[in-house]
Amino acid sequence: MSLDKDQVTHIAMLARLRLADDEFAETVDKLSRIVDFVDQLSAAPTEDVVPMAHPLNQSQRLRADAVTEPNDRDRMQENAPAVSEGLYLVPKVIE
Amino acid sequence: MDLHAKTLTELKAGLEAGDFSSLELTEALLGRIEANDETLNAFITVMRDQALAAARRADEARAKGNGGALNGLPIVHKDIFCTQGIKTTCGSKMLDNFVSPYDATVVERLDAAGAVVLGKTNMDEFAMGSSNETSYFGPVKNPWDLARSPGGSSGGSAAAVAARLSPAATATDTGGSIRQPAALTNTVGFKPTYGRVSRYGMIAFASSLDQAGTITRSAADAALMLGVMAGFDERDSTSIDHAVPDYVAGLEGSLQGLRIGIVRQHFDAGLDEKTGAAVREALSVLESKGASLTEVDLPNLDYCVPTYYVVAPAECSSNLSRFDGVRFGHRAEDPEDLLDLYCRSRGEGFGAEVKRRIMTGTYVLSAGYYDAYYLQAQKVRQLISDDFRKAFEDVDVIAGPTTPTPAFKLGDKTDDPITMYLNDIYTIGANLAGLPAMSAPCGMVDGLPVGLHLVGPHWSEDRLLAVAHQYQQDTDWHTLAPEDFQ
Repeated sequence: MSLDKDQVTHIAMLARLRLADDEFAETVDKLSRIVDFVDQLSAAPTEDVVPMAHPLNQSQRLRADAVTEPNDRDRMQENAPAVSEGLYLVPKVIE
Repeated sequence: MDLHAKTLTELKAGLEAGDFSSLELTEALLGRIEANDETLNAFITVMRDQALAAARRADEARAKGNGGALNGLPIVHKDIFCTQGIKTTCGSKMLDNFVSPYDATVVERLDAAGAVVLGKTNMDEFAMGSSNETSYFGPVKNPWDLARSPGGSSGGSAAAVAARLSPAATATDTGGSIRQPAALTNTVGFKPTYGRVSRYGMIAFASSLDQAGTITRSAADAALMLGVMAGFDERDSTSIDHAVPDYVAGLEGSLQGLRIGIVRQHFDAGLDEKTGAAVREALSVLESKGASLTEVDLPNLDYCVPTYYVVAPAECSSNLSRFDGVRFGHRAEDPEDLLDLYCRSRGEGFGAEVKRRIMTGTYVLSAGYYDAYYLQAQKVRQLISDDFRKAFEDVDVIAGPTTPTPAFKLGDKTDDPITMYLNDIYTIGANLAGLPAMSAPCGMVDGLPVGLHLVGPHWSEDRLLAVAHQYQQDTDWHTLAPEDFQ
């Protein structure tokens, strides 16, 4: 097993994912298999190869710094689980 | 001939000739969806009222002598495309309650051309899967054998077109998600060059690989639809401003002198023998039409799948960080604090495969592992891309099988993620290199369809479509319908 329980717990925390107890063992097993599988990349002959940044070697296009979108807050917040007076509600973060 | 049996191109001619109205056609297909979808599970949302209204508008436009290239023609959208006012789930519990406030550019362009949207199709959750079994809404059944998978992630789009519930569908392809289901359902799947079709409003999985395309019943239909979907979009920062040729006019391109590359490793032990025989037969048809076959080498081919399973999860872990239980999507009940809200909303909202990919991506990007995995994968990706570039110095297209085997049974590959991932072994390279590629029906093995895979250099969509169209002039594999869905 290339990953142990502690590593998977750490990764899950970094990814902000709570794993249920009954899915934890399977996750450790399957993630380990995936990591073992991609480990074969270390054998590839990549000396002096520049990492690929874009499939067509394009650079990021910039747009003019101009206002293009109207303020659509109320409509956008229709999908929010909890809002009040235009604000998203979350549990208290500051005492 | 029943209306549902006609291709998009035939239906366009029929509407133009006044043989039937869009309303009649739309009603017929909605009836067919309602009669068959309990069996197939190809749809997440059926848009009956909206479709009938759009069909009436199309008929009115036609009566006034107006209407776009697809006026009155029914299509379906993969449920990864945002549709204003319509639930857009991406096959996930996370977005089960999400009603998009805007349309994807692809949706907007097809609407503007007069297409009638019948519904939104089922898919692997967030397009992560090759069998449609990761969908929160349950697997789609393959119309050729209900015990088998239609492939994925665009399994609902492929099954809907194969079962004659819709003449055409939109789909997306990150590692083979258009071409593999097309091969397994006897449909034509087309993935354009990266940047050809706008990704605006297409829910992101792996942004450097994702590309929208089509699932249809013929190459001519793909040309018709792609012409509407393709083109520069200001709202997608990775959209490329490159002229869109007339794909339909390009279909008549001759195969005389066409140089076809064959990759020896594509026909190695991993390929099912009868599938290989069907593909070889298709290649000889192309030869008989004036094409020549040359062996080409892709030395880093074996690294395609592992490279993909570093790059795609890395991008997915970043893209899916937007699902936080705050702004939209599933939210856990009674969170203790903000961290608990994030962790439980995401833990409950995402399925097992999506969580695995997010975690794989988080791992390969994390401190201490980034260079060994992510950076190394991006280097190998450059090698793979260079292999294709060199190969295309000698050949015009590369042809081979789309998948190693015909459709597999539901449940057969769910225990081992690697077995499932290897199903995309022939298709992933095109995504890594940003190349256009397609799958076209080329045979039957024990009653199950086989796909011919064609890959071309960047922007060679017109040539690929012409090759497939010319092949379809001499063969009738693409016209075969599953017995129970004639």
